[in-house]
Amino acid sequence: MLEIIDLQASIDNKVILNGINLKVNLGEVHAIMGPNGSGKSTLSNVIAGHDGYDIISGDICFAGESVLDLPPEKRAHLGLFLSFQYPVEIPGVTVSNFIRTALNEIRNAKGQEPLGAPEMLKSMREKMKILEMDKGFLSRSLNDGFSGGEKKRNEIFQMAMLEPKMAILDETDSGLDIDALRIVANGVNSLRSKDNTFVVITHYQRLLDYIVPDFVHVLFNGKIVKSGDKELAIELENRGYDWIKKEQQ
Amino acid sequence: MKDRLSAFYWLNENKFAQASSEAITNQRRIAIEKFEEEGFPIQKNEEWKYTSLKKLFKPDYSFPSPFASIDQKEHIDFQDIEEFLVNDIDCYRVVFINGRYSSWLSETTHSNYDICTLGSAWKKYPEVLESHFNNLTKKDGPMVQLNTALAWDGLYVNVPKNIIVDKPIQVLYFSTGSSPIFNQTRSLILLDDGASAEIIERHHSLSQTETWTNAVDEVKIGCNAKIHWVKLQHDSEKSALTQHSKINQEKDSRAIVHTISTGGKFLRNNLDFLLRGSGAEARMFGLSLGSDKQLIDHHTRVDHLAPNCISHEAYKGIFDDNSHGVFNGKIFVHLDAQKTQAYQQNNNLVLSENATIDTKPQLEIFADDVKCSHGCTIGQLDEDALFYLRARGIPIKEAKALLMLAFANDAIADIQHPSLRAKLSELIGLNLGVDMSSAF
Repeated sequence: MLEIIDLQASIDNKVILNGINLKVNLGEVHAIMGPNGSGKSTLSNVIAGHDGYDIISGDICFAGESVLDLPPEKRAHLGLFLSFQYPVEIPGVTVSNFIRTALNEIRNAKGQEPLGAPEMLKSMREKMKILEMDKGFLSRSLNDGFSGGEKKRNEIFQMAMLEPKMAILDETDSGLDIDALRIVANGVNSLRSKDNTFVVITHYQRLLDYIVPDFVHVLFNGKIVKSGDKELAIELENRGYDWIKKEQQ
Repeated sequence: MKDRLSAFYWLNENKFAQASSEAITNQRRIAIEKFEEEGFPIQKNEEWKYTSLKKLFKPDYSFPSPFASIDQKEHIDFQDIEEFLVNDIDCYRVVFINGRYSSWLSETTHSNYDICTLGSAWKKYPEVLESHFNNLTKKDGPMVQLNTALAWDGLYVNVPKNIIVDKPIQVLYFSTGSSPIFNQTRSLILLDDGASAEIIERHHSLSQTETWTNAVDEVKIGCNAKIHWVKLQHDSEKSALTQHSKINQEKDSRAIVHTISTGGKFLRNNLDFLLRGSGAEARMFGLSLGSDKQLIDHHTRVDHLAPNCISHEAYKGIFDDNSHGVFNGKIFVHLDAQKTQAYQQNNNLVLSENATIDTKPQLEIFADDVKCSHGCTIGQLDEDALFYLRARGIPIKEAKALLMLAFANDAIADIQHPSLRAKLSELIGLNLGVDMSSAF
């Protein structure tokens, strides 16, 4: 589904990603862990198509084609979804209208008819139930005045509505209390299938208790320096990142 | 141009005098003399520092005579104007063509209140006119004086005590014809104590050539009276509007004015509130979407003359291409106006390197126990927000439009009618080049 080949990227002439190689197949869940400043958010932004980075070399292939030249919206149309670490507040645009606009743009790009309001509402209600969200949520301004937990839940809600082939969850667990974490993880688990994939970016192993990954990668200084299964996450939780840093030196 | 206008007045003074009372004619004469003395405002005048009228003088305008009837060439039918109406709302409708009342396009009333035309009120209600016409505007600048001298027709509303006008009043001023036209329109709106009315106003040119409308409005609202006034300024690309609206408010009255400026080559708005009675509240909102070489100028003024009054002002502007925005908001809190609450905000997005905005909030306070705040911002679209929307599959053009809409939202948040909101979203969408009808 996703293949990243020797990806190097910089911002303001500072190299952040230093030769990333990663292959994610359909049906898999990958976790990317790493200390602060290791390049985790840069990686997710670059995959999603943020134009603030310079790609020095390498390639990102999604669903069999290179997406490096595609703008973010085209990548979304192909089925890529990024759950933001810091979702942006947009007063005046309601959650329901935002999702309707996004979903119909994606449908339009796929040559599908726009979804009518009643069907859309029905679908929204179902997904909101899974995420234990209040009905009033739909008519609120997008992320405006939302608590940290509400913002993250809203990201997962959008993901549930847009049904991407691949979702990158960028520190979705940060700012969540234990109950919200469980709800968000349940939401993700209910969407897991053999036809999609998840890349979970996190600092902590805690989230991975709920969303159990098939593979765990450690990102350090812009490179994947270690890969393993879920046991690696537990080892990181127990030992911290220092031993990885030492191994690298 | 000044001399031609002056000649036009003196040539027609007899006709003006025959059609209205002597007192009114005296007012006109004083006004034209003031205009002759001062001439059109120039940029040395602080009030016109950022806005030059010069480029409006080029066309060879004709001045439609209020006393000639509408001729064949000027005739327009209902289907010609339908698209400019806010439909779906049951309304009174007062329509003018080149400054003259069009009875066949209008629906007026005299039953519980008068909703008709100033042109017919001169003879019908001479006493009302004598005591209210030019009452608020005597000391204003030359554009207003010119209007006082030459304007003949426009909206006339007179609502007696404690009466609520049952449906909105749509007033439409059209310009037509094949040669450039300079129109004067004048309205007088009187709401007695406890009365209430809602007005939707639009100036629009159907002509292919240059038009300039110079409008003056006098509004007086009594104790506890309410007015909601929406000005839709989405005119054609060769038209200019200079408008001065003055609202006088008594005790506990409430006025809301929305000015939505999305089209027209040249828009100069003066909007003044006189808060004379304690507890009066003035709320004004503006949304300016400038593109091409448009000029959109807002000068507002609030005089807090009595204690415990509230003024709330929020103007938003988005300027693209070579457009130019001007905002000058003055708030005067006079000596007796203790416990005044005044809020003023002007926020702007500048989308192109050639677009400019001059913004000047001004606050002068002579009372010592007041709560006032003002501020202005000029910025660009938030890149992070844009990325967020695009990452959800929304193309860049629509994403930008959505952000602009979000930015503009609180300028139109107080407009209640769904069909009026739909009309606004259509106009805003047109301006942004996208269909935004689903985004509201």
